[in-house]
Amino acid sequence: MRRIALIALPYLWLLALFFVPFLIVLKISLSDTALAIPPYAPTLDLSEGWAGIRDWWSGLDFENYVFLTTDSLYWKAYLSSLKIAVISTAITLLVGYPIAYGMSRARDEWRPTLLMLVILPFWTSFLIRVYAWKAILAQEGFLNQVLIGLGVISEPLTILNTNTAVYIGIVYTYLPFMVLPLYAALEKLDDSLLEAAEDLGCTRMKAFWLITIPLSMQGIVAGSFLVFIPVMGEFVIPTLLGGSDTLMIGKVLWEEFFSNRDWPVASAVAIVLLAILIFPIVLFLKNEEKQWESDT
Amino acid sequence: MKTNAILLGAGLALIAGAAAAEEVRVYNWSDYIDEELLTRFEAETGIDLIYDVFDSNELLETKMLAGGSGYDVVVPSGTFLQRQITAGAFQPLDKDKLPNIANMWDVVSSRTAQYDPSNAYSINYMWGTTGIGVNVGKVQELLGEDAPIDSWALVFDPANMEKLSQCGVHFLDAPAEMIPAALKYIGEDPDSHDPDVIAKAEAVYAAVRPYIAKFHSSEYIEALANGEICVAVGWSGDILQARDRAAEAENGNEIAYHAPKEGAQMWFDQMAIPVDAPNPDGAHVFLNFIMDAQNMAAASNYVYYANGNLASQAFLEEDVIGDPAIYPDAATLDNLFTTTPFDAKIQRVVTRLWTTIKSGT
Repeated sequence: MRRIALIALPYLWLLALFFVPFLIVLKISLSDTALAIPPYAPTLDLSEGWAGIRDWWSGLDFENYVFLTTDSLYWKAYLSSLKIAVISTAITLLVGYPIAYGMSRARDEWRPTLLMLVILPFWTSFLIRVYAWKAILAQEGFLNQVLIGLGVISEPLTILNTNTAVYIGIVYTYLPFMVLPLYAALEKLDDSLLEAAEDLGCTRMKAFWLITIPLSMQGIVAGSFLVFIPVMGEFVIPTLLGGSDTLMIGKVLWEEFFSNRDWPVASAVAIVLLAILIFPIVLFLKNEEKQWESDT
Repeated sequence: MKTNAILLGAGLALIAGAAAAEEVRVYNWSDYIDEELLTRFEAETGIDLIYDVFDSNELLETKMLAGGSGYDVVVPSGTFLQRQITAGAFQPLDKDKLPNIANMWDVVSSRTAQYDPSNAYSINYMWGTTGIGVNVGKVQELLGEDAPIDSWALVFDPANMEKLSQCGVHFLDAPAEMIPAALKYIGEDPDSHDPDVIAKAEAVYAAVRPYIAKFHSSEYIEALANGEICVAVGWSGDILQARDRAAEAENGNEIAYHAPKEGAQMWFDQMAIPVDAPNPDGAHVFLNFIMDAQNMAAASNYVYYANGNLASQAFLEEDVIGDPAIYPDAATLDNLFTTTPFDAKIQRVVTRLWTTIKSGT
């Protein structure tokens, strides 16, 4: 009995926090807009018994999904989000790997401090940190003042309100999510393997490619997915740092929801986004499972 | 030390207890009130006031249509108010609880009745126009002494905008006002609900889009005041606030506002009580407080918007009541236009067009 309860607990959790909200969103995506509270129809009226349920059921259809295919805006926004997510994941990996590598090679007594430094930014609200980037990247901002002061540039650079600022914001925000799994993988690396490789005539560079990279592959995969998946749906960073021409699906979703008051189409956009993300999420879970198995 | 902590705890509990007694939650536009009024309200009525702000009608409307916003007083603009009344989002006002309603100005209330028939659900808070704010010095430097700062041509003629882009131009991120402005510029009906007419706005924006630095509905006040930008299409009072901030900072930026001579949109921000307001009685007390002639005058003197309160005009400062940018003369008033709400289908066309204009997609 206790065993069943223990197994049931995570499933109940999943049911309450993922499956039920998912069904609600799915249901709204099959509804039509209405000028009412809430702004969609039909809503389930249980007081009318079976007839109410039948009416409700017959009012649902897939026309919002058909609508998404009729306007190029939506697939362009999905593709643009995909592009931004792929590029920023790659940059985060390139920046994060040397950091994680350095941390794992540091002397033992230094490591807790270094780990602390990676986590430290979380002590400040995410929103405030993104706003701080606005002050740094603005036309009259800190970065331009320093660069002009040093004589590197004569005219201020336009970075804020461009895609460059979005990339900077995303890489900065998600870097810890990349560094931590990489560090976890690299820390476990057995030094004797590298010594053996060098004894057998490998250069250090070659040993890095043949041993360190493959053995940290699970960290690379885990870190990349932890960055890629949330960046796909990112809304705050492109809104605060991006320009009017930064097209991301999170912003399109906002417009559907707020400007058009079209909750059904907004829900359909969200369901399609989830469908796109299911593939990497499943891959991520597989990777986690493999890692868990190899650890035990 | 420990006793201090206990005392502090007891004090906090007392404060919490008082707060539980009665509170009113107000959701108003940002930079839209003299904050001294908020303290005065609490002192006079003993009701705790929780005051939150927003900067777009769309945001407010979503909260209203979702229901359960928890606010007692909200401030939608005319067309949005009308749609939300239809959706059943507001409760009718109990005018017996609003003796100060006698102070209201029929010039305004006859116009707001277009959105809220017989003003059953709302009172006017402020009204204003959507026009152009300029940094006079910088614009004249780029366009010469006779720069058309009182015409839509300043921001819709690509020849002007190409030069102005050097010093920065912001537009409101509000399609319900920016598309009518473009239609007015090309001589179309600004209140058109015909998709073919509305679509003509796209070409107007396409020509000047490369020169627009940003679409945003509240950042331009500060940006205009500190010289980061030199032109903003925005709301009258906001730009006049920028003018005053620049004057206070003595940074050499001289800001001016004009309702363009081709015609500018006139809008009304109305205070209303959500149907599910937790404290409708407190909400009425707040509305009555706001309609007090001196209080309303204090708000207008502070934010540089005209109000719909006739009695308050006796207490308005000369640079408010005497400024035609705030209280337009009869001729200008005739030149202002109002708009009516779009239905869902046309709204989608408008939003989509606006996305195209902003993102080029």
